[in-house]
Amino acid sequence: MRWDWSLLAPEYLLAGWAALMALLGLWGRLRAYWLGYVAAAGALASAATSLIWLGDRTAFGDLLAVDHYTTFFRVTFGLIAASVCLISAGYVERFLRHHGEYYAILVVSVIGATYMAAAQELLSAYIALELLSFSLYVLASYAKMDLRSNEGGLKYMLLGAFSSALFLYGLGLIYAVTKTTHYQGIAEALAGDLGGTKGLALLGLSLIVVGLGFKVSAVPFHMWAPDAYEGAPLPVTAFISAISKAAGFALFLKLMVQAFLPLHDDWSPLLASLATVTMLLGNLVAVHQRNIKRLLAYSSIGQVGYLLAGIAALSPETANAASAVLLHLAGYVISNLAAFACVTVYYNWTGKEDIYEYRGLAERAPFVALALSISLFSLAGMPLFAGFVTKFVLFQAIAEADLLWLAAVAVFASFVSLYYYLMVMRQMYLVEPETRERLGVAWPEYGLVAVLVVAIFVVGLGPQPLFNAAQEAASLVYQGAATFAALSP
Amino acid sequence: MEWVLFSLLAVPLGTCLILMALPSWWDLRWRRWQVRHLDMVRAIALASAAAQFALALLVFVAYHFDDGGYRFELSLDWLRNVAFLGEKGISLHLAVDGITAPLILLTGIVIFTGVFISWNIEYRARDYFVLLFLLVSGVFGVFSSLDLFWFFFWYEVAVLPMYFLIGIWGSSTDFGTFVRTKEYGALKLVLYLVAGSVLIFIGIFAVFIESGLGTFDLPALGSVTYGETFQKAFFPFFMLGFGVLGGLWPFHTWSPDGHVAAPTAVSMLHAGVLMKLGALGILKVGMYLLPEGAQYWSPVLMTLGVIGALYGAVSALAQTDLKYMVGYSSVSHMGYVMMGLASMHQVGINGAVLQMFAHGVMTALMFAMVGAIYDQAHVRDMTIFGGLARKMPRHAAFWAVAGLSSLGLPGLAGFVAEVLIFIGVFKGGYPWAGALGILAAAITATYILRMLARAYFGPFNERWEHLQEMRLGEQFGGAVLIFFLALVGMWPFPFIERISASVERLPGISS
Repeated sequence: MRWDWSLLAPEYLLAGWAALMALLGLWGRLRAYWLGYVAAAGALASAATSLIWLGDRTAFGDLLAVDHYTTFFRVTFGLIAASVCLISAGYVERFLRHHGEYYAILVVSVIGATYMAAAQELLSAYIALELLSFSLYVLASYAKMDLRSNEGGLKYMLLGAFSSALFLYGLGLIYAVTKTTHYQGIAEALAGDLGGTKGLALLGLSLIVVGLGFKVSAVPFHMWAPDAYEGAPLPVTAFISAISKAAGFALFLKLMVQAFLPLHDDWSPLLASLATVTMLLGNLVAVHQRNIKRLLAYSSIGQVGYLLAGIAALSPETANAASAVLLHLAGYVISNLAAFACVTVYYNWTGKEDIYEYRGLAERAPFVALALSISLFSLAGMPLFAGFVTKFVLFQAIAEADLLWLAAVAVFASFVSLYYYLMVMRQMYLVEPETRERLGVAWPEYGLVAVLVVAIFVVGLGPQPLFNAAQEAASLVYQGAATFAALSP
Repeated sequence: MEWVLFSLLAVPLGTCLILMALPSWWDLRWRRWQVRHLDMVRAIALASAAAQFALALLVFVAYHFDDGGYRFELSLDWLRNVAFLGEKGISLHLAVDGITAPLILLTGIVIFTGVFISWNIEYRARDYFVLLFLLVSGVFGVFSSLDLFWFFFWYEVAVLPMYFLIGIWGSSTDFGTFVRTKEYGALKLVLYLVAGSVLIFIGIFAVFIESGLGTFDLPALGSVTYGETFQKAFFPFFMLGFGVLGGLWPFHTWSPDGHVAAPTAVSMLHAGVLMKLGALGILKVGMYLLPEGAQYWSPVLMTLGVIGALYGAVSALAQTDLKYMVGYSSVSHMGYVMMGLASMHQVGINGAVLQMFAHGVMTALMFAMVGAIYDQAHVRDMTIFGGLARKMPRHAAFWAVAGLSSLGLPGLAGFVAEVLIFIGVFKGGYPWAGALGILAAAITATYILRMLARAYFGPFNERWEHLQEMRLGEQFGGAVLIFFLALVGMWPFPFIERISASVERLPGISS
C-alpha cells in the first residue's frame, strides 16, 4: 500500500487557490471582474499539473487511483472550471455579491469531482460526491435575493440529500453482501457464489443506480434539474450541466466496470430502459420549453440518456463502449459550455432568457448568433461539429453491444432534438428583430466563445487525439477489472 | 489528378471561409476605383462557381470508362485503431465512377448557372452564398465519398443549410384560405430529410456490425456477402431513408412545399441535385451492399415509383401555381428514377442514372424560368398570365424547351432517359409498370402544354404590359442548361458509356 502524498498535488493547488480566492475577495483590491481570471488560471494550472502523472499508474493507498482515467477527468474538470470562471467574470460582477467566495466554492467543487473519478472504493466516492454536491447546492442558490434561485437551490438540495440517502443505503447493502467497499473486492465477491444474497446485492445496486441517477438527472429522477437550472445564476447553470454530468458519469462508469461487471446481465436491461425513458422524455419535453435555460436543461437530460445508453452497452469483453462514452462526454461538455457562454453574453447585455427574446439576434450580434447555432447544431449531432462524430461513435458502440434497438431510439431522440434547436435558430435568423440596434462587443467573452467554437470544430473534424485519450483512459478502467473478469462464471 | 476530387470539396468550403472573412461594411477603394461589398461577394461567388464547373467538367471528361472502375482515388486516414475501428477505420476516401461522374458534372452545371440566377440577391448576399457553397460542398462530398461515414457526413451537410436558405431568402405562398409560409416549408423539408437519415443511420450501424471488418470503407464493405435475412431486413432502411430525399412516394410531401418556398437558385440545386443524392444512395449504398435485399424489395420500390410518377403528374395537373407544378413534376420524374432502379435491369438503371442527370438540368431550367417570371410579376399563378411570349419571347422559348424535355420529346435529354427506363422496366419483368409510366408521361405532356398555352401563348393579358425580357444572367444560365439538355438528347453516348460501364459492375443486376 502506497501513501505517496505528492500524487494529490493538483488538488492541493486547487485547495490553496480556493483559499486565495476567498482572501482576495475579502481583502483584495482587485476588481471583481478580474477574480474570474485569477480563478480560471488556478483551474488551468491544476489541469496542467495533473499531466505530470501522465503515463503513471499508481494508487493512493487503496482509496484513489491516479492513472490515465483520473488524468483525463482532471484535465476535463480543470478546463470546465476555467471556462465557467471566465463565463462568470462579467456576470458575477454585475449580478451577484460575495465574489471571492463564489470562485472559492467553484474551485473546491472541482476537487470533489476529481475524487469521484479517482475513487477506488465506495466511501471515498460518496464523500467526493457530497463535496461536489454541496458546493453545487450553495452555488445554485447564490443569487440570495432572487426567489427563483432560492427555490431552485432548495429543491436541488432536498432531492440531492434524498438521493444521497438512497446511495448510502445501497452502499450499505452492498457492504452487507460483499463485506468490503473496495470496487475490486466487490467484484471479486459478486463473481463468486452469492447464494441467497444475490437479491440483496441487486437491491443495493439498484439503489446506487437510483442515487447516481438523481445526480446526473436521469428520468424519472430529473425533476429537480429544470427548476435548479432555471433558478441558478447562468454560469452556475453552465457549471452544473457540465461538471455534475461529467463527474457523475466518471463515477458511474468506473463503478459499473470495476465493481459491478459480474452482474452485467442484470443491470444492463435496467440501464437500457432508464436510458430509453431519459432520451425520449428529455428531448420530447424540451420541445415545449419557452426559456432557454429550461430548454438546455431538458436537452442535457436527453444527452444524459445517450450516455446512460452507453453505460448500458458496457461489455465485459471490450472497452469500446466505455471509450465512446468518454468521447461523447467530452464533446457534450464542450458544446454545452459554448452554448451557455453565448447565452450568458446575451444575458449580460439584455437580462433576457426567453427564447423569443432571441429574435433577430443574427442582425444584432452576428457572432453570438453564429456561435450559438454552431453549439446547438453540435448538441443536435450535425456534421462538421463535434456532436456528429461523438454521437456516431457512441451510437455505433451501443449498436455493437447487441442493442441496435437502443441505438435506434437514440438516433430518433436525437432527430427530435434537432427540432427544438432549430426553433431557437428560427428566432435568431428568421424572425425580425425588435430593434436593429447592434449589441455591444464583449471581447473577453468573445475570446472564450471563439476558443470553444474552435474546439467544437477540432473535435468534429479531427477527433483522433481526443478519441485516443478516451480510449487510453477507458482501457485502464478495464485493466483494473480484467483480473476479476476471469473469475466470473 | 487524385487531388481533383479533394479540390472539388476544398473550393466551395474555402469560398465559404473567404466570404465569411469579408466584412460586410468593407468596400474596396483604390484611387478612383471603388468596388462595393456586394460586387466583391458576387465576383468571388462567380469565380468559385466557375472553378467548380471547370473541375466538374474535368472529372467528367477525364474519367476513363473502359472498365467502369473507380478513378482519381484518394484516401486520407482520419480515424482508426480506436474502439471498434480497425486498421482502416474511417478514411476520407474519395473516388469517382461512371455513375457519379455525370452527377458531379450536373452539380457543377447547376451551381454555375445558379450563381447567375442569384445575381439579383442583395439582402445579406454574403451569407446567402456562404450557405449555398456549404450546401454544394456537401453535394460534391456525397458524390465523391467512398466511405459510409463521410457519405453520411456530407449528406447531412447538404441538408443543413437548407433551413436557413429557405427560411431567410425564400417566399411564402398565399392560397387564399391558408398560407404556406417559408418557415413551414423550411422546417418540413429539414425534418423530413433528417427523419430519413435516422433510418440510414440505423442501416449503417447494422451493416458495419454485420460485416465485422471494423471499417466504414464502402468497397471493403461491398466485398462481404451478407446473409439473406439480414439483407431483406435492412434494405428497407436504405430504401426508405434515402427514398425520403429522393422524393419517393409517400414521403415526397416535403418536396413541393420546400421547393416552392426556396429561393430560385436553391430550388434549382435542391430539386436538380439534392434529390439525386437520395436516388444515388439507394443505388450506391443499398443496392450495392445488399443486392439480394434489393431483389426482394424491388417490387415494392417499383410500385412506389409508379405511384410517385402518376401521383406527381396528376398533382402537377391540378396546380395553377407555376412553381408547385414544377415541384410536383419533380416528384413525378423522380418516380421514373425509382422505377429504373427497381427494374434491377442494366438498361433500366442506366436510364435511371441518365434521368437523374437529365431531370437535374431540366428542372433547374424550369425553376430558373419560374424565378425569372416571379421576380418581375410577383405572382406565379398561370391562370392570370396570358400571351407572355409576346413580351418575353426568349423566356417563353426556354420554358418550352424545358417543358418539351420534361414530356420526353426526342432530341432532348428527357427522351433518351425515359426510353431507357421504360425498356428496362419492361425487360425487368414489370410490363404493367412500364405501361403506367408511359401514361404518366402522357399526363406530363398535358400539364406542360396546357401551362404553355395558358401563360405564354393565346391572347395577351394587358395587365402584363410592363414585363420585360429576363435578365442577361438568366438568359446565359438558361442557355447553358439548354446546351446540356440538347447535348444529352442528341449525343447521349459519352454519358451512357460511362454510366453503363459502372452499372455493369453492380452485383445482382440482370442484363
